[in-house]
Amino acid sequence: MSAGTTGAGAAPSEPLLDIRDLRISYRGRTGPVPAVRGIDLTVRPGEVVALVGESGSGKSTAAHAVLGLLPRGGSLDGGAIRFGGTDLARLGEDALRGFRGKEIGLIPQDPMISLNPVRRIGPQVAEALLVHRLADREAAARRTLELLDEAGLPDPAVTARRYPHELSGGMCQRVLIAVALAARPRLVIADEPTSALDVTVQRRILDHIGTLTRERGIAVLLITHDLAVAADRADRVSVMARGEIVETGSVRQVLRRPAHPYTRGLLAAAPGLDGAWARVAVTVKEPAPEGPASEGSAAKGPAPEGSARDGSAVAEPTPEAPVRSAGQESALKKSAPDDGDLVVAEDLVKEFPGRRGARRPGPRAVDGVSLRIGRGETLALVGESGSGKSTTARMLVRLTGTTSGRITFTGQDITRLGGGDLRRLRRRMQIVQQSPYASLSPRLSVAEIVTEPLRAFRVGSRAERACRAAELIDRVRLPAAVLGRRAAELSGGQRQRVAIARALALEPDLVVCDEPVSALDVSSQAQVLDLLAALQADLGISCLFISHDLAVVRRIAHRVAVMRAGRIVETGPVGQVFTRPAHPYTHDLLAAVPGALAR
Amino acid sequence: MRTYLLRRLLQAVFVLWAAYTVSFGVLYMLPSDPATIMAAGGGDASTVTPEQTAALRHQYGLDRPLAEQYGTRLLHAVHGDLGRSVQSGVPVTRMISQALPTTLQLAAAALLLSVLLGGAVALLASWTRYGPLRQLLLSLPSLGVSAPTFWVGLVLVQLFSFRWHVFPAFGDQGFDALVLPSVTLALPGAALIAQVFAKGLRTALAEPYVQTALAKGAGRGRVLFGHAVRNASAAPLTLVGIMVGNLLAGAVVVETVFARAGIGRETAAAVTAQDIPVVQGVVVLGAVAFVLTTLAVDLLLPLIDPRITTTARRAVPA
Repeated sequence: MSAGTTGAGAAPSEPLLDIRDLRISYRGRTGPVPAVRGIDLTVRPGEVVALVGESGSGKSTAAHAVLGLLPRGGSLDGGAIRFGGTDLARLGEDALRGFRGKEIGLIPQDPMISLNPVRRIGPQVAEALLVHRLADREAAARRTLELLDEAGLPDPAVTARRYPHELSGGMCQRVLIAVALAARPRLVIADEPTSALDVTVQRRILDHIGTLTRERGIAVLLITHDLAVAADRADRVSVMARGEIVETGSVRQVLRRPAHPYTRGLLAAAPGLDGAWARVAVTVKEPAPEGPASEGSAAKGPAPEGSARDGSAVAEPTPEAPVRSAGQESALKKSAPDDGDLVVAEDLVKEFPGRRGARRPGPRAVDGVSLRIGRGETLALVGESGSGKSTTARMLVRLTGTTSGRITFTGQDITRLGGGDLRRLRRRMQIVQQSPYASLSPRLSVAEIVTEPLRAFRVGSRAERACRAAELIDRVRLPAAVLGRRAAELSGGQRQRVAIARALALEPDLVVCDEPVSALDVSSQAQVLDLLAALQADLGISCLFISHDLAVVRRIAHRVAVMRAGRIVETGPVGQVFTRPAHPYTHDLLAAVPGALAR
Repeated sequence: MRTYLLRRLLQAVFVLWAAYTVSFGVLYMLPSDPATIMAAGGGDASTVTPEQTAALRHQYGLDRPLAEQYGTRLLHAVHGDLGRSVQSGVPVTRMISQALPTTLQLAAAALLLSVLLGGAVALLASWTRYGPLRQLLLSLPSLGVSAPTFWVGLVLVQLFSFRWHVFPAFGDQGFDALVLPSVTLALPGAALIAQVFAKGLRTALAEPYVQTALAKGAGRGRVLFGHAVRNASAAPLTLVGIMVGNLLAGAVVVETVFARAGIGRETAAAVTAQDIPVVQGVVVLGAVAFVLTTLAVDLLLPLIDPRITTTARRAVPA
């Protein structure tokens, strides 16, 4: 630890971590595949350096190499990783163990799976002290409570006795922060520390990491795919692509005047809340400038009076009471007979069964949601995880039952539809799931996946279906060659296109997109969103778009409904909700979007 | 918890009834006639007169309608009376209780050995960094599963009894006599446990929480024993529950090969003689053993993994 104090006190030019010409490769089927191709990276004491890149760029691999924790099949081919004068690349396992945790802490990517599920929280934090013999059992237990408290966890004594599955994702990440900081390391590597968390939680966690490390003079190597996060949090940024660092500099320099075309591309693709995606807004919607004025004309589908009504509903800002209560519901009821609406849901409630033997029913996942989707309209349902948005969507397409409420589809009550009628209804509503990695069968070829709905409804002959598959694949701008491949051979973005093609196969009236881009990289995100917007405009389908990402929503939706704790707290045209949010929760959501600090 | 146990108890009663009923039905559907076998007394059935068989049939109630026979037998069984052996006239319950201790000894020893042996192979395979040794250890289980029990028993007897004179080849007296039979009986189970446990460890060691532990500076031993073992042990434990049923079946072979007294040998004899009450008694015994072990496993699992609860759904505290 003495080295730590001298390190922190030394001149800022003296790097704490100095990576030179680091090369790492993975064993591939046909020999080694390079993942990191000779990168240089320095982190000075107390400095926050962001390593930015898309998945597969090698940023995580490089970061894990610092700790000597390369995944199976990875090998360090050359280069030096100097940490306070020691070359970690040359150390053996046992010597490295002395650095892990004690000198360099790791905050991992997915907090929900990064804690041992079968052990209590307390011992898992204490372990970080015990392995380095920094405390005996008793002292470690005491220190654990302090650490949990510092990490911002309420009631440390209670939390220490809990199991990870009893905590939320944000709380788990706080526990992992406590673990990473337990032994007072000089450097913390934060590997996408918040990408698995909700935006508002994300901001609080990043704030907390920032405060704790700043107070203690701990340097941070922040790995992220999100330029906005890097912009908010880092002193310096290195941009990584295909195993190489293409650009390094101060945040201001890299983000304002990117020198490398890759950085420029990344910047352009990143959904922010302004500027960058005016392009899409222009191509997809009416060629009008961004702003509330464009939204009225952008919402092509619904009758103008519909949007006006929505406007009026939101225009009465009663931030304390949920907006849903009176104004909006009556507005919906008034608009129900309006034939412009494809789907109308009234007062939907979903209760999940509660604890066994308990008298009262379980918590309401959805608690009186009313909404409508016009023909050719994209309605975005926004909210954090657990707000009930997916459940609402699943009820609308009758994938799950409703506890109470009414759903009408083209004027017909479908709430209790069953048997053949329900099956015929399925033809008209399709769904694009969140993870294209899980929603495509690994055993079918792309052609089989795309034509599966056609086969299910016995549409066309074999030849006609093949023809249709080719047409659909072309529609989603994939080369015809992918038809014979399997999903595993495609990238995430390509897979999601296949899923979209499948959803379009039966020419549905409504497509539900449940977080369709949240599993994708920023640049494929942008492409898939462009595609969805273009298809929607071309085919005139209605779309229910579920997302926790406001930037994505603004890019694609005509109207927005903000959900929280099973209720819709605000609805309105995109421009209006984003520029003049009526409900305080919407304010919070908007403020939490990364990049807000940089502006 | 109480409602859970009550529910499990009802399930157990149902399983026992079903086992009894199915075995009754199957045994009565067999083409041969127990009364004839009985009258022959193990000799040639052609010397038996029809009068003799008829008398026997009447004596054992075999001439009554099937439903009536089933009803009375079930009623008696509920009162703990499983009838008398057709061959020897001894009450079935007494026969079982006399044969049970040696078989229990054998089964318990075999179960313990399976767990120790299987666990050791899996742990060693996950521990070693030497590739060929790992491969060797991981190939043992499939070898163990594919070798037939009777053959393994005979090979062991050949080597340890006849060639090296370490352990007795036959009999059921003392600890020495228990070694070869229990090893024979344990091997298939050990192989299964090793296979499932090794796979579980491999999966667990690739989990992100292991990465977290390594990043804390934990060594391999701590990671393996402190993090991976408990996460990997739910599946082998479930397997142990199922294995207990197999042990009873294995005892039939092993007790025959090693000439040990016990439930297995009684079963083999009863099946050959179509001694229906005895066979049914053994079936019920097997069902009881199975029900008890699965209950024990289900009660143990939540202790290993807190995410598993005995109550169907538990509200997660916020």
